[in-house]
Amino acid sequence: MITFMNNSDSEEEPCNERTSLMSAESPPVPSYQDGLPASEAGEVHAHRKRRAGSSRSHNNIADGDMSDPGVPVRESALENEEEELTLKYGAKHVIMLFVPVTLCMIVVVATIKSVRFYTEKNGQLIYTPFSEDTPSVGQRLLNSVLNTIIMISVIVVMTVFLVLLYKYRCYKFIHGWLILSSFMLLFLFTYIYLGEVFKTYNVAMDYPTLFLIIWNFGAVGMICIHWKGPLQLQQAYLIMISALMALVFIKYLPEWSAWVILGAISIYDLMAVLCPKGPLRMLVETAQERNEPIFPALIYSSAMIWTVGMAKPDTAARGPSQQTWDAAEDGRENHQSPSHTDSQMPETRSPVPTRPIASFEELEEEERGVKLGLGDFIFYSVLVGKAAATASGDWNTTLACFVAILIGLCLTLLLLAVFKKALPALPISITFGLVFYFSTDNLVRPFMDTLASHQLYI
Amino acid sequence: MGAAVFFGCAGIAFGPALALVIFTVAAEPLRVIVLVAGAFFWLVSLLLASLIWFVSVHLSDREDSRLQRGLLLFGAAVSVLLQEVFRFAYFKLLKKADEGLATISEDGRSPISLRQMAYVSGLSFGIISGVFSVINILADSIGPGTVGIHGDSPYYFITSAFLTMALVLLHTFWGVIFFDACEKRRYWCLGLVVASHLLTSGLTFLNPWYEASLVPIFIITLCTGLWAFFTAGGSFHNILKCLSWKQEDDSRVMMYSALQVPFED
Repeated sequence: MITFMNNSDSEEEPCNERTSLMSAESPPVPSYQDGLPASEAGEVHAHRKRRAGSSRSHNNIADGDMSDPGVPVRESALENEEEELTLKYGAKHVIMLFVPVTLCMIVVVATIKSVRFYTEKNGQLIYTPFSEDTPSVGQRLLNSVLNTIIMISVIVVMTVFLVLLYKYRCYKFIHGWLILSSFMLLFLFTYIYLGEVFKTYNVAMDYPTLFLIIWNFGAVGMICIHWKGPLQLQQAYLIMISALMALVFIKYLPEWSAWVILGAISIYDLMAVLCPKGPLRMLVETAQERNEPIFPALIYSSAMIWTVGMAKPDTAARGPSQQTWDAAEDGRENHQSPSHTDSQMPETRSPVPTRPIASFEELEEEERGVKLGLGDFIFYSVLVGKAAATASGDWNTTLACFVAILIGLCLTLLLLAVFKKALPALPISITFGLVFYFSTDNLVRPFMDTLASHQLYI
Repeated sequence: MGAAVFFGCAGIAFGPALALVIFTVAAEPLRVIVLVAGAFFWLVSLLLASLIWFVSVHLSDREDSRLQRGLLLFGAAVSVLLQEVFRFAYFKLLKKADEGLATISEDGRSPISLRQMAYVSGLSFGIISGVFSVINILADSIGPGTVGIHGDSPYYFITSAFLTMALVLLHTFWGVIFFDACEKRRYWCLGLVVASHLLTSGLTFLNPWYEASLVPIFIITLCTGLWAFFTAGGSFHNILKCLSWKQEDDSRVMMYSALQVPFED
């Protein structure tokens, strides 16, 4: 089962000279998060996994000592090249994550602003049972804190459960769970979403056509996400399901609870990923010990594979093929040293002997991408979507939150380059996002509105 | 009418900015990062300025409209000064980043020059400033409504769009001039940039007397643009060379093919 499911994710990377110098993937750190849809749908758990791992040169940027005369020229040249590659690919990795995060947020904000359904209050999830319709502020605050506590405990329990399942090798159960949750997202939530969009734009639609559309969309999505498929299509599907999940959260979480939950989840994230006994850290370490990739279905991977030049006749026939699994497969077959996504650090120090073999395959250049868990997409989009929904029709707040989240992501990736181990992607972005939301909504908005009403520009 | 006004005004306000981003910034990852970080710095400056204004308004008498207008003027001036302070802070950060990039790169030069960073940072300040000024107005322009029904100017949308365009371009030029002035320690240039920003913002206080505000602002934009062009190393000669590039290329090709013939013989 596992061998089936790895492909759009390019886990076995060819270990040629370039990639062995470049790629040092930090151990991925997934975190499990329950997405909790409407209760009548039953027990559907969409797991959030997060892995802010990236492939980088083994050399730390900070400790490249250029001025040391004792270093042989070849090595220092290699080091320099390595570090420049690191930096070049570092900036590229940031952009490779900016684009999908931006797309997800655009989808969510566009839906929130146009489809009324997602801003109407139609009940709450069973995981946030306390209502916020109380007259007093203190009571409302208390209810939202209680809702948060319940939600976070559910998440913690689910994460620990998943880690235990993984530890005791109940892979079939986990895969079944993941397949069920993505099935729910791709079929049921898409159906609801399409229904609401059609209602908003008053589009007449018949059931056979709708069935055809949703069937195709869902079936291709299941195949792309859980089996093989073109990388870009898989990325597109992952963005879409993250957006759908975020919309569900925006609709069903009451206002104050949503903000407190966002804050609490970043703290939980920080602890779960960095504390020695955190569930996510344990998951990563287990995966590393077993040399296995962690479930590919819930991680956004931006890996790209280019075959440059004609090293083999069939790659020549295919020509430069970007981001297709077949090329990756051929590429992998070329190289003899097996490598895995998780435990790349020990293997990426490619010793000299691989060079003669690698010279033939040097024409093939692979660039590993950065991986970000879908839970991060979901919570970033929840923050921006909530800002769009509740900030009194104001676009400034939405944009400020958007910029804040992107900067947080940028800083997180910078820290990743410095520390070279898996880091939680939520805390910095969500903190900036929350600060910017509340300050823009309460301070900047009146200022800008007053200026605009007098047509003053600063 | 709504959609037409929306698209028209959006095009006027952000057309140059979008073109600049697509053709010069979008292809390079480092420049995109500089763009987003610049927007962040501008936002922080706006936040602080709004805080100061908010506190001052709450401490004052709400009913007094003259006082409120005075406080608004004060808030705008503080905001302009804070924007320039944060532009300086961004300059410091980018300078440090530039040095860092230069140290770790292969040939000792960083992949992005300080001048490019000056341009991109100016553009980022311009875009985010323009967006924050005009996006709510644009959003309102789609919906049903009548402009100036209470006696205000009916040209509100289009003048806002033109002002935004001028502001975006001005910020770009100011960025280039400012960074160059900081590099070469020409403090009078810095002072002039700050003064022209204050002047531009002050001129908008003359709205809706658009002849007195729009025309001078565009003149300032033009002059600042020329100044930035010459600061960035441009000259009349460069323009001529740029425009006559095609002919030079052709002659080179001809020379090359002339060289080729003897070889084949």
